[in-house]
Amino acid sequence: MSAELQQLYQQIILDHSKSRHGEGLKEAAEGTVAGQSHQYNPTCGDEITLRVIRNGDTIAAVSWEGDGCSISMAAASVLTDMVGDGLSQTELLGLIDNFREVLRSRGTVEADEEVLGDAAAFSGVSRYPARVKCAMLAWVAAEEAMLASR
Amino acid sequence: MSVVSTPTTLKPADLAIDNQEVRRIRNDFPILSQQVNDRELVYLDSGATSQNPLSVIEAEQEFYEQRNAAVHRGAHTLAVAATDVYEDARETVARFVGAASNEIVWTANATEGLNLLTYSFSNASAGRGGEPARRFALNPGDEIVVTELEHHANLIPWQELAFRTGAVLRYIPVDDDGGLKMDEAASIINPATKIVSFTHASNVLGSITPVAELTELAHKHGALVVLDGCQSVPHMPVDVKVLDVDFLVFSGHKMLGPTGIGVLYGKAELLDSMPPFLTGGSMITKVTMDGAEYLPSPTRFEAGTQQVSQAAALAVAVNYLVETGMERVADWEAQLGQRLVSGLQQINGISVLGPPAGIERIGLAAFDVDGVHAHDVGQFLDDRGIAVRVGHHCAQPLHRRLGLTASTRASTYLYNTTDDVDFLLEAVAGVRPFFGVK
Ligand SMILES: Cc1ncc(COP(=O)(O)O)c(C=O)c1O
Repeated sequence: MSAELQQLYQQIILDHSKSRHGEGLKEAAEGTVAGQSHQYNPTCGDEITLRVIRNGDTIAAVSWEGDGCSISMAAASVLTDMVGDGLSQTELLGLIDNFREVLRSRGTVEADEEVLGDAAAFSGVSRYPARVKCAMLAWVAAEEAMLASR
Repeated sequence: MSVVSTPTTLKPADLAIDNQEVRRIRNDFPILSQQVNDRELVYLDSGATSQNPLSVIEAEQEFYEQRNAAVHRGAHTLAVAATDVYEDARETVARFVGAASNEIVWTANATEGLNLLTYSFSNASAGRGGEPARRFALNPGDEIVVTELEHHANLIPWQELAFRTGAVLRYIPVDDDGGLKMDEAASIINPATKIVSFTHASNVLGSITPVAELTELAHKHGALVVLDGCQSVPHMPVDVKVLDVDFLVFSGHKMLGPTGIGVLYGKAELLDSMPPFLTGGSMITKVTMDGAEYLPSPTRFEAGTQQVSQAAALAVAVNYLVETGMERVADWEAQLGQRLVSGLQQINGISVLGPPAGIERIGLAAFDVDGVHAHDVGQFLDDRGIAVRVGHHCAQPLHRRLGLTASTRASTYLYNTTDDVDFLLEAVAGVRPFFGVK
């Protein structure tokens, strides 16, 4: 098996694709606001519904339901963990932009682990242009869900 | 089975194809000797598009180097040469499926052939084509029948036609193995049925449909029969007169030919009374500012400057198949198909869609890997140089019926060896361990 394939399917990705964090849509509690987005990739059928719950400017929770390949499911799970730290809206948008830039770089932009944490494991995806959409699915959903909560 | 040999010349020895012959065949296909991801390419996606022998690739080049001109226009030497090439190609393809030349309409692909039919019928429903076209007109309450197996290309055009005309679209369902429920077909096809359109071989299950039975049912009620031959014409002998279907569509790129060319066969008396779909230059006799009169079939359906180099190359592809012998091709691929399915069935966690080993199928099999998404399976196989198709293969309703959103499909052609199949099987056995699925 090639080094690229190992790079693509890092253990952390395989683990997240099997034990998925944030699966199951959460209801918004009193005093919080929610926004939701549904994303679908018609070429492979990957699908996600993701909900962002906001407490003022702080992202209180991300939860989702979906079905798809290991990359798309792991990316949703990792995103859930990262947001669990109580990011602000601007911080989340920055994170999404950074993730997108790395993925679309065809391997030319290094992932900064300081910034992306576990999501840096997805940098191997950038060498497989056909899989970028898989990794981005939940992240695009988060972007839209947050905007929808405004 | 409702498939009969075309009167082609068989190989002198009439021997079955074997791996040794396939290795010789492979030498004719330049693309097959390339490396993918530092591995020998194992091409198992011919169901999506087939590869081309050098003679086909050269035919297009030869046309552009020596004969390029618009056909049926102009009296200069090149225009005549181009027209000859174009019409000879039609003759070659006609003979290949047992039709007459004027029954072969060039299209861009099978999808366009089906759209040509549905839009022509739509125009007939709007009164175009006058009295002779009335038999194609659809009215509210009329019924169109397809099956649950269909490729989107043989579903959506009929949905749209139904929306436009008020006709009702019905379908023959499949059972859990993907077999057509023929007992239900007998009541779904009824006196209100005007059109029955179905695939000859499933591009997902590899199964072959009972063409004779369905055609008889349809004709009993006066309905027209449209056959999608995308997965049959490239892989087995098909004779339209024996099958007695009214229309047949197929695509050149799935039968060793180039992209951009496909075929619509129609019985001459039907085509000649159908109104055109695309209109414009080259398909008319007389034009005034108020209207136009149209040429007979097939020219009536070939508006605008045509795909001549592709037609020339498709004829070369057809000759390649004829020289190899379609019976022999079908036998070899049936063998590969059985090897594929029986091998897949023995791998833990793999389920094959459609009929199990031992039941007739073309050389194609789609499968589900328990716990691993098809997209990941395809990625893993690509890493080994194996090209397969992943996704719903343009058959979402069928996948939904089988409880899946996607599957992995391996499809063979005359240039695949049993080694290709074995290599795939070995790789598939490694998928679940790699992804850590127990
Ligand atoms: C059964 C079947 N019908 C129709 C089509 C459509 O063919 P094309 O895309 O060449 O028009 C295909 C190929 O994808 C097919 O397999």
